[in-house]
Amino acid sequence: MSEATRAPGGTDLRPGTVRFALQRIGSLFQLLELDTRLLGMIGALIVIWVGFNIMSEGSFLTPRNLWNLSVQTSSIAIMATGMVLIIVSRNIDLSVGSMLGLVGYTMALVQTIWIPTYLGFGHGQPWIWIVALAVGIILGALIGAFQGSIVAYGGVPSFIVTLGGLLVWRGLIFRLGEQGQTITPTDSTFHLIGGGPIGSIGGVPSWIVGIVACVAIVYLLVSSRRRRQKYGFPVRPVWAAVTLGVVGCAIVLGAVWVANSYPWPPALATRYAVEHNITEPPGGLIIPTGIAYPVLIMIGVTIVMTYMATRRRFGRYVYAIGGNPDAAELGGINVKRTIVSTYIVIGILVAISAAIQVGRLNGAVTGLGVQNELDVIAAAVIGGTSFAGGIGTIPGAILGAVVMQSLRSGMLLLNVDSPTQDIVLGIVLVGAVGLDAVLRRRTSR
Amino acid sequence: MTVNPEPTGNPAPAGDAAPAASGSPLVEMRDIRIAFGGVHAVDGVTVDLHPGEVVGLVGGNGAGKSTLMRALSGARPPDSGQISVDGKPVTIGNPRDAKTYGIETIYQTLALADNIDAPGNLFLGRELTRLGNLDDSAMEDATRKVMGRLNPNFKRFKTPVKSLSGGQRQSVAIARAVHFNARILIMDEPTAALGPAETEQVRELIRQLRSEGLGIFLISHDIHDVFDLSDRISVMYHGKIVGTVNRADVTTDDVLAMIILGKRPEQISETELAQLH
Repeated sequence: MSEATRAPGGTDLRPGTVRFALQRIGSLFQLLELDTRLLGMIGALIVIWVGFNIMSEGSFLTPRNLWNLSVQTSSIAIMATGMVLIIVSRNIDLSVGSMLGLVGYTMALVQTIWIPTYLGFGHGQPWIWIVALAVGIILGALIGAFQGSIVAYGGVPSFIVTLGGLLVWRGLIFRLGEQGQTITPTDSTFHLIGGGPIGSIGGVPSWIVGIVACVAIVYLLVSSRRRRQKYGFPVRPVWAAVTLGVVGCAIVLGAVWVANSYPWPPALATRYAVEHNITEPPGGLIIPTGIAYPVLIMIGVTIVMTYMATRRRFGRYVYAIGGNPDAAELGGINVKRTIVSTYIVIGILVAISAAIQVGRLNGAVTGLGVQNELDVIAAAVIGGTSFAGGIGTIPGAILGAVVMQSLRSGMLLLNVDSPTQDIVLGIVLVGAVGLDAVLRRRTSR
Repeated sequence: MTVNPEPTGNPAPAGDAAPAASGSPLVEMRDIRIAFGGVHAVDGVTVDLHPGEVVGLVGGNGAGKSTLMRALSGARPPDSGQISVDGKPVTIGNPRDAKTYGIETIYQTLALADNIDAPGNLFLGRELTRLGNLDDSAMEDATRKVMGRLNPNFKRFKTPVKSLSGGQRQSVAIARAVHFNARILIMDEPTAALGPAETEQVRELIRQLRSEGLGIFLISHDIHDVFDLSDRISVMYHGKIVGTVNRADVTTDDVLAMIILGKRPEQISETELAQLH
């Protein structure tokens, strides 16, 4: 820590003085420091990706593998965004895996047995997927509200409440009927939520999504700059804003390009060609897969959750509670209601992830989501969420999930056996948090 | 205690102090009782406060000063007793109620969320919104204005308050209390964590707010602070009021004797007083 980063309280800070200059450098460093956290994680991710690519002789950084990685990450990443809010407000949710199992199994039952058979509507109704999804989301929200109420109003530590939930929700799967059999197949529309070549939006829509995202990035940069200028606050230098915009758009469009570089499997393309009376060109019909639905959902969830966490009172209160519960209470914040809300939010997110996993599996098994709580918590924590409370970001958790999933899929590619994978992931988890703790101690005093 | 008794002459007898200002009191707390388990932290206490007046609240550790004020700020509603604001009985069940009556509190702990920046803390629980979204720019603007008045050197509006100095943190807590046009201000040890220059700044602020017509309850261990700033002084001892005296009628020794012995000056014998010295 240099002298420049120290804030000299009560000293002369008029422009032109040495102190002022040092202060400027200090605040610039601090601005960068926020970015270095995220940049550090991106750097680690690049090392992991390049490392696996070299070790696997170029089969890691292929459109096919990256596309699969994005789909595999989505379900954990979605839940991790909710886990951030839970951990930030000094709680924990150990029940997400079991909850996902129960909610997913219920959704499968609704669309495969209850609506078609018990209610007699038969299969293939166009609205079945909506009803199934709605039932799942409501169930997730109710379970979340129930657990959250026991934590907030009952005064039972969240660790205990959700540890109980971990057992109860998994056990309840066997009480739903069908004696815990595998429920399959899902509704054909619901199946698309899980991704796959058909469960993706295709080439042109992917480019449209990318362009919309770029416009949004530019708009956000410009509008926040305008607002700060209106009040006469200091703003980023123009070059920094432009760089940020260009890099952001490049990443977005690059990701779209990768997704579109992954073509449909030849057999599927041939079938498509036959069905649509297209004569296949020599070398086969190339259909770009584009962004998968679960990834699109993940992006949507990330945007909504980031908005809730940073732009809404709810998010501000969650962080305030994590920073100082007494101050939040004395500030007139309804702490208990806010805590319950965080559990409702994660319940809804679990339901969304459950839909993705059921869709991908084309059915539900009793073991659905087993140990997901560990991946979700690990993703949030690797992404910089602190168990001390008050610290953690949504984009960080997404990156954490990508890091976790990259390690898993990379080791799978290298034929590392499952026990070794667990050992490596465990070491990485502790190492990442330990490193973060050391860095934090050094930079903040 | 940071008190420093100076040997002076005999204590002047002091009657029950009449409030300096006339008219109905801004706040009246009557027969307030608060118990924790079997311990009567506040036991039938009556105090009042008039506009443009500073009432010092003093007493040893555990005398019940902070607990009494927590009842007024809504942090811990009283078990029994009546609180009136502008002569009308009110119920203060939580901090939000207190704020609606214009009662603002600067807690000894400052009650800041360390992970949030100064504007976020200033508006904690009362955020400004635009179309339902947090209006960070407007909050920063308001914070810059109020801080410009309280602590012109303050420039760190975007950093979590954790990394601010003790004085800067204190000024954020004070800014929060004065920004919302408080009529009644409770200050619990406002200078405990401050250096000499910052302490003087806070004293000056208290005088200024007093002249603007606010009523201020000032809790302090520092008897000189209290003597310097208060119009009246209420002394608490084991949960009860020993007495309320006009500052002009008493010496610091009188008040110290009341704090330590729990008796009014006229009740204290020469031998008891001699033992203090």
